Amino acid sequence: MDYRKARQEIVEKNKGIRDKRTTLEEAVGMINDKDHVAVGGLQYTRTPMGVLWEIIRQKKKEITFYKPLMSFEGDWLFVSGAMGKAVTSWFSGGVTWGVSKIMRTFAERDPDTFEEWSLLGLSLRFKAGAMGIPCIPTKTMLGSDLEKIRGLERFTCPYSGEELLLIPAVNPDVAIIHSQIADKYGNAQIFGPPCLDIETAKAANRVILTTEQIVDNEHIRDAPNSTNIPFFCVDAVVELPFGCYPHECYGRYEPAYEKLGEYGQGLLKAEDKIGFVREYLDKYFYQPADFEEYLELFGVRSLLETTRRGRIWPQ
Amino acid sequence: MSNYNPAELTVIMGSRALQDGQLVFAGAGLPLLSAIHAQKMHAPSLSILFEVGGVAPRITSLPRSTNEARSVRRSVATPATIDMMLYLQRGFVDVGFLGGAQIDRHGNINSSCIGTLEKPKVRLPGSGGANDIASSANRVFIISYHEKRRFVEKVDFLTSPGFLEGGQAREKTGLLGGGVEKVITNLGILEFDKKTRSMTLTAVHPGITEDEVREKTGFELLVAEDLKTTTPPSDEELHSLRALDPEKRYLKAGDF
Repeated sequence: MDYRKARQEIVEKNKGIRDKRTTLEEAVGMINDKDHVAVGGLQYTRTPMGVLWEIIRQKKKEITFYKPLMSFEGDWLFVSGAMGKAVTSWFSGGVTWGVSKIMRTFAERDPDTFEEWSLLGLSLRFKAGAMGIPCIPTKTMLGSDLEKIRGLERFTCPYSGEELLLIPAVNPDVAIIHSQIADKYGNAQIFGPPCLDIETAKAANRVILTTEQIVDNEHIRDAPNSTNIPFFCVDAVVELPFGCYPHECYGRYEPAYEKLGEYGQGLLKAEDKIGFVREYLDKYFYQPADFEEYLELFGVRSLLETTRRGRIWPQ
Repeated sequence: MSNYNPAELTVIMGSRALQDGQLVFAGAGLPLLSAIHAQKMHAPSLSILFEVGGVAPRITSLPRSTNEARSVRRSVATPATIDMMLYLQRGFVDVGFLGGAQIDRHGNINSSCIGTLEKPKVRLPGSGGANDIASSANRVFIISYHEKRRFVEKVDFLTSPGFLEGGQAREKTGLLGGGVEKVITNLGILEFDKKTRSMTLTAVHPGITEDEVREKTGFELLVAEDLKTTTPPSDEELHSLRALDPEKRYLKAGDF
């Protein structure tokens, strides 16, 4: 998005401290086809899965998704047609399930569908976007083929004479983020690593926040130093317990390794990879009436097991 | 002498290369085992960093990736990913461990694609934090299974910089980090000639010959005049290592 236009969107925003609670369906309605959407979390930690799930159900098309590290959700977004391009530093099922065959199918057919950056390079795009500047200098990626394919400009520091690369800012249309707790205004407190969510929340023009638990505003004010994202960055708040499942939410539940494994192994074995993912989407994404019915498909045992392994008390 | 498999041998050599007091970026799998093993054996004040946002975690259950809660548990701090990566640029990170689908004679690493990016034979997962570690860690240790298709004359795609074209190319481009100091494989240890920055075999593991390493390397291998033989893993080292991965998730026999 155009740098000045991105700033203007924030200038014109209603920054009132007001109740932003809504449904998952309505929140995702804020996302348009071909939008640029930044996804919070990292690989399979604190992925806003419920929002991705609803994006696929609403049959959004050709969205450019930014995610620092992509996992199986990238398969689902590609095959459903929701993702036109993945902007990421790493795209794979996971260390133990090998390289994503779906990523390979798409990226080997059309290399432009997978835009690769280094992890710091992509992080700095959000950082610059969050700082309200159009680019930011760094030493990372100098001399590599990533510098070449991204067409990055070099710049000599006028003070030190050091050679630097200039990383262009990104201001996504929408950022989707999941936190452990938030109040109805969108003051979000993330427990554990915030990943890149603080940067993306500021860089994006709109933010959809899902949260394990909506808490009273007084609870937020009791520990203001724990608030990572203040209300004025956020446009919609949805309470969505197990909103990262089958990924994890730090301090609440671990990844559902066995369920991810079923998908990963199934995909490895399947002859028709795309067909396998289509069936998976049909069963887990299109058929369920709502997110709770989706969770029911995996079963209460899995929810309890991931909770037992992952919960940290007190938070 | 105890029996040990190639993965166990390589992890122990990686562990020995680490020093007390260091800050280490270690990915899941063998590098993480090397780092935890070093803490237990000889480097109690060494700390591990994870890009997801973990500083000095206590790892009680081996994570499947470095980007999940298991790799962050009991950390002293959980900074944002960008801050973790910027510790590299600032000079805090003493050692970064890397591996890759291809490694060339100057220590450049490819984890992006086999073939060209426009027409890839195989599209690989990509850099992740590898380029950033290679760019700015104070030193890099590559841990790899030693085979001809991996050790190539020139990488198809230069994801993570070693010494680029060799000589002073790395310094000239303005990169901060020290580049690759050691390549640790199941056959031996390779370092880089000070002048040409070409990979040079400096030690072989017990029972491995120079010719065997040459056969499994896809470029003309330089061999140090004073080629050494590493000390085999001790019973104590092996015992300590096996306790870290009782399910043998990473310490399987065969290649890795």
